[in-house]
Amino acid sequence: MKIGMVLAGLAAASLSAVVAFAEGERPPNRPIPDPQSGRHFATPDTLAIQDDDFLNPAFLWVEEGEQAWNRVEGTAGQSCASCHNDATESMRGVRARMPAYHPRLQRVVTLEQQVNICRTERMGAPALPIDSRPLNAITTYIALQSRGMPVNVDISGPARRFFDEGERFYNTRRGQLDMRCATCHEENYGRYLRADLLSQGMSNGFPTYRLKEQRVISLQFRLMGCVQDVRGQPPAMGSEEFTNLEFYLAWRAQGLPVESPAVRR
Amino acid sequence: MRIRGREHAAGVTHAASWPPAAALLALAVALLAPLAGAWARGDTQPVPFRVVDDGIPEPLTSQPGDVERGRAVALDRSLGNCITCHEMPVRADFQGNLGPPLEGLASRYTLPELRLRVVDSKRINPESNMPSFYRIEGLYNVRRDWAGRTMLTAQQVEDLLAYLMTLR
Ligand code: HEC
Ligand code: HEC
Ligand code: HEC
Repeated sequence: MKIGMVLAGLAAASLSAVVAFAEGERPPNRPIPDPQSGRHFATPDTLAIQDDDFLNPAFLWVEEGEQAWNRVEGTAGQSCASCHNDATESMRGVRARMPAYHPRLQRVVTLEQQVNICRTERMGAPALPIDSRPLNAITTYIALQSRGMPVNVDISGPARRFFDEGERFYNTRRGQLDMRCATCHEENYGRYLRADLLSQGMSNGFPTYRLKEQRVISLQFRLMGCVQDVRGQPPAMGSEEFTNLEFYLAWRAQGLPVESPAVRR
Repeated sequence: MRIRGREHAAGVTHAASWPPAAALLALAVALLAPLAGAWARGDTQPVPFRVVDDGIPEPLTSQPGDVERGRAVALDRSLGNCITCHEMPVRADFQGNLGPPLEGLASRYTLPELRLRVVDSKRINPESNMPSFYRIEGLYNVRRDWAGRTMLTAQQVEDLLAYLMTLR
């Protein structure tokens, strides 16, 4: 009940944002107007694992996340379910619209950060480290509830400047190799970087089970890898830079179905 | 470990000619850096060179390049790593194709032209995606363990060029 009202308030806030959008801001152009999911670039073997929930190892994380959802933690004696009830209903569509502008905090937050906000502010429980197994478990469980729904983030109004920051990060040449994200994922997708077939770098499959790591990884862990590959110094996971970049990436993938948990090499 | 050994071997001749101040600095870096041997990577004080027309006519070192060492530089992941982006006339699975195949390079370019393309291809085309293997300036957000050093030492560049000139 209470939370229903808060969420309705959030919806109203984003509605007014849409109005602000109509009043003047020009929507940006997407360099790839018709994006392709990473699954177009994955091998049939990898896809066979992704497409079978019994084979996809990420479902171990889903199970752990489901258990955590109902587990009381922290000084307030609450579980996620105490406020959000049945995740299969309350969390439907949440992954598809995150990261999102958080009106009270006046910044964009990722799904990971929102979980930690609830833990610290509502449950009296410690924040979980970004990309840790328990956090990846809960976000994988939440993300699954949006599977098949189109990515649809709201970059209008107060969210726009965070989006712009993310876009700037994306298009800045960095590292000793002096490349921008677009160098690989827009100018060269479909080509090979040694054994890796370059995709468009879409984020719609995260959290993703990475065969090489043999675990579920969060998007920002992947981003660290991409920055390191050009011998750049990555910002910390959970930092404002990566949060804004993640926001921009979600918009690049706008319209693609959420595929979490995807499987990648 | 494998990589370190290789880098060390490739950097020996060069390190011997370093001025003592640079050597001390390098030693300090080596002690601070978790990667012992990091000092052998790249040059922290690049030797100056002259660009004439579309190339760099003079070699960066007095010691001539060595074909075999150059081939190793080209293939080593932590050095040239050319094969990640270029197909090369060698037996190796998984060759990249971000750039054109390197086969026949020596028929397309003169040695000075190739030297400029390896040293700093951005001087020919600022939008080039070919890394500058002998440049420090003008880079942004370089990983700490590589900041302030070139990707290859001057001698590694000359070795590499000797190998590239065999690709007819
Ligand atoms: C005491 C109540 C409470 C508890 C317990 C709680 N939350 Fe929340 N949650 C909220 C409120 C209120 C919001 C609205 C946003 C805000 O204020 O941060 C919210 C928002 C969210 C959202 C964003 C929903 C949307 O529609 O955008 C997610 C995801 C979420 N919570 C996950 C969790 C998880 C996971 C847990 C358990 C670790 C949890 N919450 C525990 C109250 C709670
Ligand atoms: C040197 C090339 C290169 C650069 C530059 C690069 N990446 Fe990547 N990226 C890769 C490779 C290789 C993969 C794994 C194969 C694939 O999906 O393309 C990858 C994967 C990804 C994925 C996962 C795609 C999926 O479907 O699972 C995302 C998201 C991504 N990159 C984002 C970025 C961002 C953001 C940047 C800039 C900070 C960036 N990349 C820079 C090479 C690069
Ligand atoms: C990160 C990818 C990458 C790596 C690593 C790389 N190159 Fe390139 N290279 C390119 C691209 C892309 C081009 C295409 C031209 C451009 O963008 O300027 C290119 C162009 C070239 C050219 C000009 C070729 C022609 O036919 O015009 C030469 C020569 C060359 N590279 C040599 C090398 C050598 C030697 C190495 C290893 C020391 C190397 N490259 C490593 C990406 C790379």
